[in-house]
Amino acid sequence: MENKKEMVVSAIENGTVIDHIATGSVYQVIRILGLEGYKDEVLIGNYLHSGKLGKKGIVKIKNRHFTRAEIDKIALVAPLATIIDIENYKVVSKFRAEIPDHIDNVVRCANPKCITNAEAVPTRFDVVDRENLKLRCHYCEKFTSKETMKFVE
Amino acid sequence: MSTLKGRNLISITDFSKEEYIEVLDIAEDFEKNPKQKILSDKVVATLFFEPSTRTRLSFESAANQLGARIIGFSDPGGTSVQKGESLHDTIVMVSSYSDLIVMRNPKEGSSRYASEVASVPVINAGDGANQHPTQCMLDLYSIRKTQGTLENLQIAMVGDLKYGRTVHSLVQAMCNFNATFHLVSPQELKLPSSVKMSIKDAGLKYYQYTDMRDIIPTADIIYMTRVQRERFPDPMEYERVKDSCILTASMLEGCKPNMRILHPLPRVNEITTDVDKTPYAYYFQQAQNGVYVRQALMAAILGVR
Repeated sequence: MENKKEMVVSAIENGTVIDHIATGSVYQVIRILGLEGYKDEVLIGNYLHSGKLGKKGIVKIKNRHFTRAEIDKIALVAPLATIIDIENYKVVSKFRAEIPDHIDNVVRCANPKCITNAEAVPTRFDVVDRENLKLRCHYCEKFTSKETMKFVE
Repeated sequence: MSTLKGRNLISITDFSKEEYIEVLDIAEDFEKNPKQKILSDKVVATLFFEPSTRTRLSFESAANQLGARIIGFSDPGGTSVQKGESLHDTIVMVSSYSDLIVMRNPKEGSSRYASEVASVPVINAGDGANQHPTQCMLDLYSIRKTQGTLENLQIAMVGDLKYGRTVHSLVQAMCNFNATFHLVSPQELKLPSSVKMSIKDAGLKYYQYTDMRDIIPTADIIYMTRVQRERFPDPMEYERVKDSCILTASMLEGCKPNMRILHPLPRVNEITTDVDKTPYAYYFQQAQNGVYVRQALMAAILGVR
């Protein structure tokens, strides 16, 4: 019974579970990982009870495993997320997303005069400060920080 | 063969200290003999998406004196750009017509992007408020020429240190040469902390002032910039500080004999015309040096020097 109560979003046989996503970031995680067009089961839970976060989001993606580079992209929006690889209903690995050195085409440049905001140029950033989440645009060389961060639509 | 062959010059940090020196040495040679037809089989494209007088004429004069043919525009009006062609498509097309692209564009980062799309080297002739590396190279050339060295100099920078891209680039470049920086500006226009950080990271010192007279006896170079009224949200503030960054001939008493005054131009009123006749004024020669430096860059990048 206890187990059943916790299984608000049902278990998957094979795939990836992304747990402990901040409630405001669930749909961004889906977009960053390109799951909008994914043609298999994606289970989304939001505002679920969490001992750690109070409320949390969770995404379960059937029959899909991600590379480290793909996962690290979501660290910007879900720094506390846990990524769990599932095979045959069993956890085969569990790790946290980490902010990478370079971030491509996830964040928009905060500088309105940047070429990436004028033409269809994919954004590229170097991460200069992980702790305070400060990014330097590869093109205009200006900084984008947590406060000014917007994500590529 | 030079390491500069086939390279882009987008940002002043793209070149190493040794590479700056190499360009300055080649420029010195062009100053002695500027008319060498070594680019007679080359086509240089100058794409100016916004108006510029000095930079464009200086590039075109440099290319002409080396015998290169020039194609391009000085204003995007009447070109396919006005019809809505993307920068990407313009650059791909021009790449197939030329051996080198010189570009000015008001969008920041546009030159870096162009260099990634182009099949020929790109020289950034100014991308908005971001970078203008050939101006910085000619500043370095002028400093070396007037002081005999780039090492261990007292560099004073005066005026708009917040928005002046030439100031930021020159600080970054001079950090390679053990400079000491003397920064004179109104409170509102102080050097940004990110640029001060690069001075600290290089283990060098800077001092900040609000009165220009304090730096006259110390400076080897006084690098003047224009303080623009529109930088001040409060016009009263502008009126209060506008005279604090004006250099007059009478202020120069007590300066070092080797001291020279530089200015990226255009000048408005921040250097009074009575300074022009003093032996310390160097800003017009500085602009002329731009031709030799741009010759050197084009020749090195095109692999003929």
